[in-house]
Amino acid sequence: MINAVGRDIPEEIIEITGKEPFQGNLYRDDKPLTLHGPTIRPVMNNEKSKLVANIREALEKCGAHDGMTVSFHHHFREGDLIVNMVMKEIHEMGLKNIRICASSLGKAHSALVPMIEDGTITDIESSGVRGAIGEAISNGKLKGLAIMRSHGGRVRSIATGESHIDIAFIGAPTADDYGNLRGIGGKADCGVLSYAIVDGNHADYCVAITDCLVPYPNFPAHISQTKVDYVCVVDEIGIPSKIATGAAKPTTDQRKLLMAQYCTDVVVNTPWFKDGFSYQTGVGGASIASTQYLAEIMRERNIHMGFGVGGLTKAMCQLLEDGMADVMLDVQDFDLDAVRSLKNVNHHRIPAAVYANPLNKGAVVNKLDYVVLASLEVDVHFNCNVVVGSDGMITGAQGGHPDTAQGAKCAIVICPLLQGRIPAICTDVTTVTTPGESIDVVVTDYGVAVNPARQDILEALKEADCVPLKTIEELRDIAYSIVGEPDKVEFGDRVVGIIEARDGTIMDVVRQIKEV
Amino acid sequence: MSHPDKYRLRRTMMFLNCQKPSLIKDPYVYKPDSIMLDLEDAVAEREKDAARYSLYHALQEIDYRGVERVVRINGLDTDLWREDVRCAVAGGCDSIRIPKTETADDVRTVEYAIAEAEREFRRPVGSVLIMAALESARGVINAMSICDSSERLFGIALSGGDFSRDLQVPISGTGVEFMGARQHMIIAARAAKVQCFDTVWTNLDDMEGFRKEVETIHAMGFDGKSIVNPRQIPVVHEIYTPKQKDIVYAEKVVREIEDKRAKGIGVFTVDGKMIDIAFYDGAKRTIALAKASGVYKGDL
Repeated sequence: MINAVGRDIPEEIIEITGKEPFQGNLYRDDKPLTLHGPTIRPVMNNEKSKLVANIREALEKCGAHDGMTVSFHHHFREGDLIVNMVMKEIHEMGLKNIRICASSLGKAHSALVPMIEDGTITDIESSGVRGAIGEAISNGKLKGLAIMRSHGGRVRSIATGESHIDIAFIGAPTADDYGNLRGIGGKADCGVLSYAIVDGNHADYCVAITDCLVPYPNFPAHISQTKVDYVCVVDEIGIPSKIATGAAKPTTDQRKLLMAQYCTDVVVNTPWFKDGFSYQTGVGGASIASTQYLAEIMRERNIHMGFGVGGLTKAMCQLLEDGMADVMLDVQDFDLDAVRSLKNVNHHRIPAAVYANPLNKGAVVNKLDYVVLASLEVDVHFNCNVVVGSDGMITGAQGGHPDTAQGAKCAIVICPLLQGRIPAICTDVTTVTTPGESIDVVVTDYGVAVNPARQDILEALKEADCVPLKTIEELRDIAYSIVGEPDKVEFGDRVVGIIEARDGTIMDVVRQIKEV
Repeated sequence: MSHPDKYRLRRTMMFLNCQKPSLIKDPYVYKPDSIMLDLEDAVAEREKDAARYSLYHALQEIDYRGVERVVRINGLDTDLWREDVRCAVAGGCDSIRIPKTETADDVRTVEYAIAEAEREFRRPVGSVLIMAALESARGVINAMSICDSSERLFGIALSGGDFSRDLQVPISGTGVEFMGARQHMIIAARAAKVQCFDTVWTNLDDMEGFRKEVETIHAMGFDGKSIVNPRQIPVVHEIYTPKQKDIVYAEKVVREIEDKRAKGIGVFTVDGKMIDIAFYDGAKRTIALAKASGVYKGDL
């Protein structure tokens, strides 16, 4: 069945998953739905201890079984030790057909590949995967399906019961013996626990794992004792240097700086750039540079940011520090400066649900004026691909891309025209992960294209005469004139993964790499 | 009649290493006026062939969107430069930069080889221009005869690294060691009606020092500067682009001189300043530079 972004979703996938093909961004707007609650074991007996000796004991007490779903957060990023630690134990218990429901998986989790191959892990739900796991999935080693969903989409799927978590394992930088968890402090300081809050609310069992047990009460708790069944103390939950890195050095790559300049020119010449505007950006060199350029113009024109949101970095938190932004809303911290900034009374943690869940009564992304994003590929329909490489291999994550792009009034994607020899602006993206209807402006090193659906933006930029405007087709043609039009990647027949839209419909499918 | 591009705008001439295809594939996105595709110092000795190969194909395949394509060949003291010339001319370069030029004969030697290559590869004879880099005390002293050596020669450039070594002084960052050479070269270039370009600034972390140097050479009359990184481009262009008040004033001067000349008046005032015909060329140059820089929308 052809969906709203023109992708053919095989009937058998619709049947197996019970999902509908993507129908457009506002398909489920205002439609009633019922939320899911977990099955819990109340703790009334005040003599019960929540402390367990090790992961094995926690698994046994939670009734770990074949076919269960276990969940993890990715606040420790590439420094995460929790996923491998828990899965190793599950593997040693001989359990099979496990579904992993992670907010994201990365290169730190390559140790899962043998467990995928031997059938311990058969299903993966994640924002995305990188490295060896991506290759394993693309090569058809996962028996079930990989479901890639955005940060907002994950909250939705758990809150609606579509993803039912049997046991949530929550790595906590600090915890007390009764399960009050905080994202800040300890050895594996990650600042916030925003992605794990939905796990605490909806999983049947919830196990906290910490390497820093603190006296009761560990308040104010980011995840409350009322959600946590067991607390397990281990030697080490994360590698600090890989969790929150030092602030990225400002890029000196002129191509990135050029695109950053164009991006800033777009922002400051569109109607929402006025006192109190809201803004989100990422961690790439061009994004950070564009925030710095923006700050200069904000100073010049005496314009304040009402709020900034996101995965935060030093560049954004500096705006708060300098009094140029009133509030920062935080779901993730990418560097130590962002973690430190949490001391500021106007720097607030928000759960992923508040950030981006499309099926609650309105998420923060809906209040965004601007979001600055990146993309592996953008096509002439403005569809973006942030998950599947141009070689067909799964290699990225949706993150908040589809959520913020849909929510923001002006969604800007920065993308160099060419990624090496590969044209990043193309006729059709390998895989659609964010629909073109969400994307308003594409900034490349060769010029800026505005989605024709956004004549208001196009008019504003024409009037300002601030950036080299091109149509998206012109950008594609320039790319093809330089490196040629590549042949389409050849895939096998088997569907190995699905790209879920924010609302749970199917945006696209990912097929197995064709064997040569 | 001189070559139509002989006096084109050359505020920034950006060096790019031909050994690195990623550098030469699309430098026009940074909007330099000229690129200098280097076969000389930047290319390792054993990579000279590979660099020529990249150069030829880049010149043949890539649309540089109006940016001038200058090729820096190896020195006349090597056995590499003749093949460099053939490769550059065959590829379709706009100009050739001769390194370590010391005499007018050096220019004429290369000019002869260029003409041969033009015939060999069926390009119009005279289509490839020349610039000469002066890198030694002897070269600088001979600036005048070098400027006069060939109709193809559009300009001379100071090459500071080698020149300071020849003077037996380190590069100070203050420009003191280049004072004489710069002054001598600009005077020679103006006398011969060719352009004059300043040497590179290599300390990329010292953008303030770079800006000061560009302001100095701009005030001295240089037509532009060799650059080594795209981040230097906006600074040079900003300094070389006439300010709006200067353009407005130049426009007034041109119009008034033309008007008064028709009425037989020789000396008069514009905005309180005494003006005569001697100011005409300067004002016209300001307008031309403003036009070339894309900031003049008037009808002069």
